[in-house]
Amino acid sequence: MLRPDQEIIGQWIQPGSRILDLGCGDGALLRHLMETLNVEGYGLELDDKKVLSSIENGIHVIQSDLDKGLSDYFDDNAFDYVIMSLTLQAINYPDQLLDEMLRVGRQGIITFPNFGHWRTRIQLLFQGRMPVTKTLPNSWYNTPNIHLCTVADFEALCRQKGIRILERTVIDHQHREPALLKISPNLLGETAIYRFERLPYHQ
Amino acid sequence: MAEQIPTDSVGLITPQTLHFDQPLELECGVVLPTYDLVYESYGKLNREADNAILICHALSGNHHAAGYHSMEDRKPGWWDVAIGPGKPIDTNRFFVVCLNNLGGCDGSTGPTSPNPENGKPYGPDFPFVTVSDWVNSQARLADRLMIHQWAAVVGASLGGMQTLQWSISFPDRIRHAIVIAAASKLTAQNIAFNEVARQAIRTDPDFHQGRYLEHHVLPERGLRLARMLGHITYLSDESMGAKFGRELREGEIHYDYGVEFQVESYLRYQADAFVGKFDANTYLLMTKALDYFDPAAAHDNDLTAALQQVTAQFCVLSFTSDWRFSPKRSKELVRGLLNNNIRVSYAEIEAHQGHDAFLMKIPHYLNIFSGYMGRIQTSGENR
Repeated sequence: MLRPDQEIIGQWIQPGSRILDLGCGDGALLRHLMETLNVEGYGLELDDKKVLSSIENGIHVIQSDLDKGLSDYFDDNAFDYVIMSLTLQAINYPDQLLDEMLRVGRQGIITFPNFGHWRTRIQLLFQGRMPVTKTLPNSWYNTPNIHLCTVADFEALCRQKGIRILERTVIDHQHREPALLKISPNLLGETAIYRFERLPYHQ
Repeated sequence: MAEQIPTDSVGLITPQTLHFDQPLELECGVVLPTYDLVYESYGKLNREADNAILICHALSGNHHAAGYHSMEDRKPGWWDVAIGPGKPIDTNRFFVVCLNNLGGCDGSTGPTSPNPENGKPYGPDFPFVTVSDWVNSQARLADRLMIHQWAAVVGASLGGMQTLQWSISFPDRIRHAIVIAAASKLTAQNIAFNEVARQAIRTDPDFHQGRYLEHHVLPERGLRLARMLGHITYLSDESMGAKFGRELREGEIHYDYGVEFQVESYLRYQADAFVGKFDANTYLLMTKALDYFDPAAAHDNDLTAALQQVTAQFCVLSFTSDWRFSPKRSKELVRGLLNNNIRVSYAEIEAHQGHDAFLMKIPHYLNIFSGYMGRIQTSGENR
């Protein structure tokens, strides 16, 4: 079963490309892309149970800690796309991993929960408590999501790093992408989805 | 053993021996004119002969990987946790072959076999055999068993090295390679341990330059020391601590050199069990084969280049507490495979048992192993 953000990723990928999926979970996305778009690739995953699911799902998975980077395994420009869906926020050094993504891949695709969504803003504003939502169900003390950001934050980091955004969309909790979301994605989007590449001369 | 054979066992097994007359040219330059290979098989070869699995044994292993030889056997074969109906190497699906390697001491031609030149045991005159030589002899065995291509070759430790060599030597004869707790070469520390073991054997006064059988003695002290040393390195500090700690066998210190600590008792027991059944010259040969293995050496130490011809899919497994063949060594292999765009999966199994973990009933390890084996396709199945 694919998540809605993963469905969109499937629409953004060229058939037959080489793919690396960081934090591949049970391997559902990679399996889907292998079956429908004839892609080749690997998934990286740290969690024991998810590694087992990935193996059972028939994908090629490398058990590995993303916080240790990708240099143990991959040369520069080894992939067409490096994907990371709903994982960025759980990484120790997201900025460094972004660099790694664009070192080993031509393009990166990232999805993350948008902390700038109106629901989280309202909870913080009126209750003064760390927001707990459907997309972010954990409490502050037990959440794996240690580096939450907003659409505006992510785009600022991209500008700072010389990363060119090629495609962007946001979806709400009903997983729709209505026109309204395009007007104020940072306020109305619950999950943000980006495809990007490195600008030349920004190595 | 128990009155009944467990239902997930391959049952009672009779080893088979095949004689080979076609001379085998070894890497060291010597030609072995004829030789025997003893092997066991479990499960049934299907009509297309595409469900065959080769098991490669490690340093002190042999062909008896699973099941029992008789109802009196106290223990099943050495990898019974992994081979049998419903186990990772499922004998309901696969035809499984395991042989004793050349140079061994359990039935295949080796140092204890008669040298055709003089009728005496080969002893130290048995030629040096390498991992490549073993793989070549295993390919001859496959020919005789009418197996053109293994669905998978599976091995741990030195067995993993043979598995890797299969993928390099015979890319079209292996579809999957399962390499467990292994490495593409030994480290200096690892060679050093082997050298201490060899020195223990070779300096035993009963060694007689390897001709101990002609003198009707065995270099028992040396072989015991070699085995004790080996055992220390196959376990982890943590697992030894958990198993023995500083526990005293008789509850008090005696101020003598008898067995005082439980760990001493364990080591002596392991040494005793080994001496009666393993040949010292075989031990020397096997450790040398380990030391020499380094497929990258012929390619300017470039493992990626050494793996260029490989087409098999790989499953590489390592254990967190294994310091003899650490996860780092497995990762080097994975890197070399990835550089060649080979389809590989790698799992680092959390286990405190050290190198020996590959022999143990560790649920996550066996689940991963099963999960991968389940992906291997054979004819006549819908998977």
